Amino acid sequence: MMNSLISLGAGFLDWLEAVGRAGIFIVQSLVRLPVRLGESINLLIRQLYSVGVLSLVIIIVSGTFIGMVLSLQGYSILAKFGSSGSVGQLLALSLLRELGPVVTALLFAGRAGSSLTAEIGLMKATEQLSSYEMMGVDPLRRVIAPRFIAGVISLPLLSFVFSAAGIIGGMLVSVGWLGVSDGAFWTLMQQSVNFDTDVMNGVIKAVVFAVVVTWIAVYQGYECVPTSEGIGKATTRTVVLGSLSILALDFILTAAMFGDF
Amino acid sequence: MIYEDVSLDIPRGKITAVMGPSGTGKTTLLKLIAAQLYPDSGHIFVDGKDIHSLSRSDLYKVREKMGMLFQSGALFSDMSVFENVAFPLQEHTNFDASKIESIVLEKLHSVGLRGAARLFPSELSGGMARRVALARAIALDPELVMFDEPFTGQDPISKGVLVELIRQLNDGSGITSIVVSHDVEESLSIADHVCILSGGRVIAQGTPSDIRASDDAQVKQFLNGEPDGPVPFHYPESVADEQRSQR
Repeated sequence: MMNSLISLGAGFLDWLEAVGRAGIFIVQSLVRLPVRLGESINLLIRQLYSVGVLSLVIIIVSGTFIGMVLSLQGYSILAKFGSSGSVGQLLALSLLRELGPVVTALLFAGRAGSSLTAEIGLMKATEQLSSYEMMGVDPLRRVIAPRFIAGVISLPLLSFVFSAAGIIGGMLVSVGWLGVSDGAFWTLMQQSVNFDTDVMNGVIKAVVFAVVVTWIAVYQGYECVPTSEGIGKATTRTVVLGSLSILALDFILTAAMFGDF
Repeated sequence: MIYEDVSLDIPRGKITAVMGPSGTGKTTLLKLIAAQLYPDSGHIFVDGKDIHSLSRSDLYKVREKMGMLFQSGALFSDMSVFENVAFPLQEHTNFDASKIESIVLEKLHSVGLRGAARLFPSELSGGMARRVALARAIALDPELVMFDEPFTGQDPISKGVLVELIRQLNDGSGITSIVVSHDVEESLSIADHVCILSGGRVIAQGTPSDIRASDDAQVKQFLNGEPDGPVPFHYPESVADEQRSQR
């Protein structure tokens, strides 16, 4: 009993220490930012491409399918109450408030987060990070900062793309296939979506997820044991920790935004 | 603990070879000199300055005068050979593009790889990668260059090329070189000063001929590559137990 209490306390302290280290790490990489602005922008654009643009395919395809499935499911229930026109409203609200940010962040953790961790881990294993250090160039500034900022910019934008793809996919199914009137589809959607509570809350969620997922990814890469096994474990940790944090934070944020306290 | 009571001098403008069996912490020594690692106790003076007491910005300034050739080459995989060599110049000088280009091509020429400037690190052989890394390490004309196991995993021709390059570098520009290696013949052939580490201590120091003439049993075992001697063939279980208990 006593022992398990001790190990629980020790585990918590370890966790707290890791969070502290990760916090110092990300602050340091951000405050030491640009020495040469042109070069920093160049690095950022390269990362925006590999983290953001290259994630577009998976985001658009998943968004379209989720929108299509939502339409099918929603229609079959709504039709029972004779309100099949509301399927547009259902789609827009669930995508903008919930599925857009959450599913995008989960996919992002798997697609971009894991590749960030593996890339940085491999740079560590091949002594590229030490090499920057030896040349008097801070690897936090050169390697970590552009990747972190690119992630924070990309994810919210990807979340918009996801929601848009979902709405279009849903429209194809409900209007094009199931025969919902397109007037009702768009009008009910416009009437029910509120910019502040629905769109902006989705954006806030996406930004929070972006910070957390990218932070976990770059930190895991930087702190990994520089062996093949270590990089493998770090990559797994990025996906697992990233996904769990997204779901937990989503609950907290949703409760704060929509909970009736 | 890796070192115990180690004290050694690296003479300026000479090639010093630090030798010793694998696992004696030779690479650690280089990392200590470059202040990538900090010692629990003791001091290291580089150019008269206690390197571990410097502030971060001062340390980065000192490092501009140091070059390090990593065991793996450590070329930046997202940059071409040319960009790799140009990188330290872009970071630390205000030279314009044409001057940087001429310096980079000159450095690549000196390692015989001017023709490979447009290639990427993944397209190079191990020996070529190490030569490019050498060109990058000397791009800023450092005063001290550290070579971490430069000969390991190289074919005889590449080894010969590297030996020649290290020697030329030293003769030509009077650079202080530290070569960490366990390749006995190559190291003794280029070094002016040799230092052998084993078990966390300096077991021999001197010119290559002093070392060859040494009577010390450990030194002899190392130079002649005898499987058994003061360093036992069988790894003692007691040491393994100690290592495990420290984990």
